[in-house]
Amino acid sequence: MAESPTTSVSGLQRLLRHQLVWPVLALVVLLLVNVAAKPGFFDIRMQDGHLYGNLIDIVRNSAPVLLVALGMTLVIATRGIDLSVGAIAAISAAVACTRIVGAADEGALTTAVMACTYALAVCILLGAWNGFLVSVLGIQPIIATLILMVAGRGISMAITDGQITTVHNNTFSDLATGYVLTLPVAFLIALGVCALTAVLTRRTALGMLIEAVGINPEASRLAGVRSRTIIWTVYAFSGLCAGIAGLVIAANTNSVNANSLGLWIELDAILAVVIGGTSLAGGRFSLMGTLIGALFIATLARTVNNIGIPSDLNYLFKAIVVIAVCLLQSPKVRSVFRVRRPGATGSSGSVGSAGSATPTLAKAGRS
Amino acid sequence: MSATTVPADSLWDRVRGFTPPPRYLPVLATLALLVGMFSVGGVRYEGFSDPQVVLSLFIDNAFLIVLAVGMTFVILTGGIDLSVGSVVALSTMIAAKTLQLGWPPYLSMAAVLATGTLLGLLMGLLIHYFDIQPFIATLAGLFLARGLTYLISVESISISDSTFTNLAFKTVTFGDYYLRWTAIIALAVVAIGAYVLARTRFGRTVYAIGGNESSAMLMGLRVAFTKVGVYVISGFCASLGGLLFSFYILSGNSLHAIGMELDAIAAVVIGGTLLTGGRGYVVGSLLGVMVLGMIKTLISFDGTLSSYWIRIITGALLLAFVVVQRFASRRRT
Repeated sequence: MAESPTTSVSGLQRLLRHQLVWPVLALVVLLLVNVAAKPGFFDIRMQDGHLYGNLIDIVRNSAPVLLVALGMTLVIATRGIDLSVGAIAAISAAVACTRIVGAADEGALTTAVMACTYALAVCILLGAWNGFLVSVLGIQPIIATLILMVAGRGISMAITDGQITTVHNNTFSDLATGYVLTLPVAFLIALGVCALTAVLTRRTALGMLIEAVGINPEASRLAGVRSRTIIWTVYAFSGLCAGIAGLVIAANTNSVNANSLGLWIELDAILAVVIGGTSLAGGRFSLMGTLIGALFIATLARTVNNIGIPSDLNYLFKAIVVIAVCLLQSPKVRSVFRVRRPGATGSSGSVGSAGSATPTLAKAGRS
Repeated sequence: MSATTVPADSLWDRVRGFTPPPRYLPVLATLALLVGMFSVGGVRYEGFSDPQVVLSLFIDNAFLIVLAVGMTFVILTGGIDLSVGSVVALSTMIAAKTLQLGWPPYLSMAAVLATGTLLGLLMGLLIHYFDIQPFIATLAGLFLARGLTYLISVESISISDSTFTNLAFKTVTFGDYYLRWTAIIALAVVAIGAYVLARTRFGRTVYAIGGNESSAMLMGLRVAFTKVGVYVISGFCASLGGLLFSFYILSGNSLHAIGMELDAIAAVVIGGTLLTGGRGYVVGSLLGVMVLGMIKTLISFDGTLSSYWIRIITGALLLAFVVVQRFASRRRT
C-alpha cells in the first residue's frame, strides 16, 4: 500500500471507505434516537449480581439472530444461501425438548446436556444434507435449502406431535435467561461462537479458501482447493449455528412451538449479514459486520418499542433498512457518489486497499 | 395425432413410436403424478373419484393458481419473488379496510390491484436499475407489505359487503357439478398467462432472458421492459390472488398467507419449471398447484394423518423433482 502524500485526508477517506463505517454509524444513530426518546436508555444497574438494562436486553435478544447469521455469513461467502435455518432451529428445539421431557429425571443437568448434544448432532446432519444437495448434486443453494425449509416445520411438528411441548429444566432455561460474570449466557454463547469462527477463518487459511470458493468454485477447485468439502462444511456449520439458536429460543420460553419457533429468522439473519456489508454475490465476508448487523436488528426491535410504535410495525422499518442498505451497496448508486467526489480519482492507492470496492468500481475510479 | 395421413404407418405404429418432445416431459411427469395420486385416492377412499373432488381443487386453490402463474413468469426469467405471500395478506387487509370505510366494492378491488401492481413495479425497478438481487429486493417487498398490513390494522377485519359475498359464492353449474367464479377467474388467468408466454413477443423475451440475459440484451430484445414487466405481472397476480383469497376467507388479517410464497414456488417447481430460468410452462404450474391441493385432499380424506404431513410430503416431492431435473439437465449439457 503506497502512502498518499496528504495522510490526514487519506486517513479520513480510508476511514470513510472502511466497510464497517456505515453499519456502525447506523447503529449509533439508532441508539441516539433511543436516548432522545428516553434519556435513561443507557442506564445499567446491578441487581442480584447481574447487570440489568436496555443495552443488556438488546445483546441478549440479539443472540439467536447473531448465531444464525454467523453460519449464514460463511454460507453466503461461498456464494450460497441457507433458507432452512428457521426450520432447523425448530427441529433442534423440538428434539431437545422431547428428549428432556422423555428423560427419567427431567430437571437433571445431564439430561439437558445430553438432549442439547443430541439436538445439535441432528442439526449438523441436516446441515450436511443441505451441503450434500449443493456440493455433490449441484443444486442451486436457494432451492436445495428451500426443500428443508418447506419440510422442516412438518418434521418438527412430527417430532413434537403437533403439540406445544413445555419443559422444566433449570440448566436448559439458563441457556436463555441465565447470567455468567454478570452477562447473559445467551449472548456469551453467541459471542463465543463468533470468536471461534473468527479464529478458525481469519487465523487459518480457511477463510481465504471459503472466499476463493465464493469467487469462483471451478477455478478454486483447479487450484487445488477442495471446494466440495468446504461447501459441505459451511452448510453443516450453518446447521449447527441454527441448532444452537433454536435451543436458545426454546429455552427463553421453556417450550417449543414447532409452528412459530424461529419463523422468519432466516430473513433476519440474511438481513444482518447484508447490513454487515457481506455481499450476497459471495467471495468475501465480514464477521464483525455480521455482529454489528445482528445488534442493529435487535436494537431496531427495541427502538420501535421504546418510541411507542406497535412492535408489529417492525417489518416496515426492516423493509426501509433493506432498501437503504441495498441502494448503498448498489454499484450504480455508489458510482454516482464516486464521480461527484473530486478527490476520489486521485487516490488510486486506496481504491485497491478498500475491500468493499467491486471490480467495476475500481475501474470507474481509475478512468 | 388423430390425423394419421401417412398410410405407410399403421395407427398402432405411430402410437407405439410416439415420444413426446423432451421439453414437455416435466409437465407430463407432473400430470402423471396427479393422475396417479387421484387413482390411488379413488381406490382407497370412498367418494374420492367424484369429479366434484377435482372441481373443488380448483375452487380451494384458486388464489394459489393465480400466484403460481405470476411466479412462473418471474422464475422463467431466472428471478424469484418472495413477496407474494405478504402481498396477499396486504390485499385482504386493504379490501377489508376500504370496505369498512364504506368504499364502493369495485373501487376497493381496484385499490387492491393497483397496490399490488405498484409494489411489483417498485421491486422490478430496484432489481433492474439498481442491480439488486431479486431475492433481496423481494425480501424488502415481503417486509414492506407485511408492515403495511400491520399499519392498516393489527386486528382481523371481517368482510360482510354483499358484492363480495355474492362474488365469493356465485357458482356455475355443470349438471350435478359446480365451479365457483373464483376458480373460473383463476383458470382464465392461466389461459392468458399461457397465451402471453407462448404467442407474444413479451413471452418470447421472458424465455430469452431466462436462457441468457446478456445474449437477450445483445439481440436487442427489450430486456429492461420485460424484466420489470415480470415483477409487475407477479405483483398484479399476487394482489389478484389476494382478492380471490379474501373472497375465499372473507376477512382481512395480517397473519394471513404466512409462507404462501413457499407454496407458490413449490407449485412452480413441481410443475416442471427450471429454477434457473428459461424453461417451463404456466400449465405445469397449474398442475403443480393441483398436486399440492391433491396432497391436502388425500390427507383430509384419510383422516388419520396429521396436517403436518402436508409439509413433509410437499418437501419430499420438491426434492424428487429438483433432483430429477438436475440429472436431466446434466445429461443434456
